[in-house]
Amino acid sequence: MKGFWHDAAEFFPILMNGVVLTIVVTIGSLLLSTVLGLVWAMMRVSGIKALSMISASLINVIRGIPIIVLLFYLYFVMPDLGVTLSALQAAILGLGIAYSAYQAENFRAGIEAIDKGQIEAAQSIGMGWWLTMRRVILPQAVRIVLPPYGNVMIMMLKDSSQASTITVAELALQGKLIASSTFKNTNVFTLVALMYLTMSIPLILLVRHFEKRAGKR
Amino acid sequence: MIELNDVHKSFGVNEVLKGITASVEKGEVVCIVGPSGSGKSTILRCINGLESYDRGGISVEGLKVDRDAPSILDIRTQVSMVFQRFNLFPHRTALENVIEGPLYVKKEPRAQALERGRALLAQVGLAEKADAHPPQLSGGQQQRVAIARALAMQPKAILFDEPTSALDPELVGDVLGVMRKLADDGMTMVVVTHEMGFARDVADRVLFIDGGVIVEQGPAKALLNQPQHPRTQDFLRRVLHPL
Repeated sequence: MKGFWHDAAEFFPILMNGVVLTIVVTIGSLLLSTVLGLVWAMMRVSGIKALSMISASLINVIRGIPIIVLLFYLYFVMPDLGVTLSALQAAILGLGIAYSAYQAENFRAGIEAIDKGQIEAAQSIGMGWWLTMRRVILPQAVRIVLPPYGNVMIMMLKDSSQASTITVAELALQGKLIASSTFKNTNVFTLVALMYLTMSIPLILLVRHFEKRAGKR
Repeated sequence: MIELNDVHKSFGVNEVLKGITASVEKGEVVCIVGPSGSGKSTILRCINGLESYDRGGISVEGLKVDRDAPSILDIRTQVSMVFQRFNLFPHRTALENVIEGPLYVKKEPRAQALERGRALLAQVGLAEKADAHPPQLSGGQQQRVAIARALAMQPKAILFDEPTSALDPELVGDVLGVMRKLADDGMTMVVVTHEMGFARDVADRVLFIDGGVIVEQGPAKALLNQPQHPRTQDFLRRVLHPL
C-alpha cells in the first residue's frame, strides 16, 4: 500500500472516465431490464396461455445463459448476422436482457402477492384487464417489488464490470489497464474497489429506505 | 331484471349449483339464505361474471351474462357488488375509492365525480372520513365506503355477498341501516346474508338454498315465520336458536 494516496491522486481522474461508463452501462441496462421485465411479467400474468408460455420459456433461456456469453454473442456473433453493435450498445443490451429475467420474476411475484379480492373489486366496477393492472394491481405491487428491485440495482452496478470483456472501458477495465502498465496492482485495485463501494452506498441506503416503507403498510 | 334459468356450476367434481331458476324484478329486495357451502355466494358471483357457469342461462336486463364476452364490462357497471371482506383499494383514500369507477370506467369529469363521491360518502354517514385510507377505518366504515363505491357506478342493482359477516357485532347495525335506506329508496338488491332480522324486515322475497338448489322461496315474512320445507325449518331453528 506504499504511496497509496499519491497513486490515488494520480489515477483517480483516469478511473473517473471509467466511472462515467460504468454509470451509463448500469442505468442503460437497468432501464432496459425494467421495461423488458415488465413486458415478460405482464405476458406471464395475462391469462393467455400462449403468451404466458412464451414468456416462461424466454425467462428460462435467458436465465440459463451466462451474462458473459450473452455479451460475447451480441458483440462478436451478431456482426456475422449483419447486425453490428458498438461495445457500449452490446453491453447495455446484453446486461439488460440478462437481468430482465430476474426483474420479470420479481415483478410477477409482486403482482401475484396482491389479494385476489382486489382484482374482483376492480372487475366489479367494470374495469378491464389493463385498467385493473394500471390502477389497482401495479400501484400496490410496486411497494412489494421495490426492495428486491433495489438489490437488483446494486447487482447490476457490479455486473456492469462484465462489459469490460467486450472492450467497454468502464471502471474495472480502466483499472486493469492502469495496473498492467504500472504494476501497482494493490493500489490500483484497492482504489477501484473503493470506488465501486462508494457508488453502492447510496443504493444500499435506498434499499433500506424501500424496505422501511414496504414494512409500514 | 335479473333472470337465472337452470344454472349449473361445478368446481371440479363438486357441483355447487344444480339448476337454479330465479328472477329478480326491478326495485325488489331478494335475500338469499342457507347453510354455508350451499352455493349462495356462487349465485351472486355468476350474476356479474366473477364466476363462469357451466349450463343454463343468466341475463341482466335481457343481456346475456358471459364473462368471456366484452359485454360483461357493461353488465358489471349496471350490477355493482359489495363483498364480505370489503375489498377496498388500500392505496387510495375513501373518496378516491368511491370515484375510481366513475372517473376511470365511466370517464366522468373529475369535478362532477368528486362532488357525487362526497355526497355518497355523506349518504353512508362518512363525510368526514373522505381522506382516510381504508386501514384507518373500522370494518363497518370500510363496508359503508364499499357500498358508496358500488353506488357511485349508478347501478341498476347491487349484489351484497355476506356484507356483515366479517364485522364485529356492534358494527353490523350501521351497515344494515345503510342497506335498509337503499331498499327504501327503491334500489334493486340481491343480498346473501345470515341476518334473518334484516331479511324479514327489509326483503320482499327470500330464497332458501341448500345443496345447490332452491329448496323454498316466497315472501320474506311468510318464509321466515312459517317455513314449509323441513330443511328450511331445521336451518332457521339452528340459526335463530343456536343454543
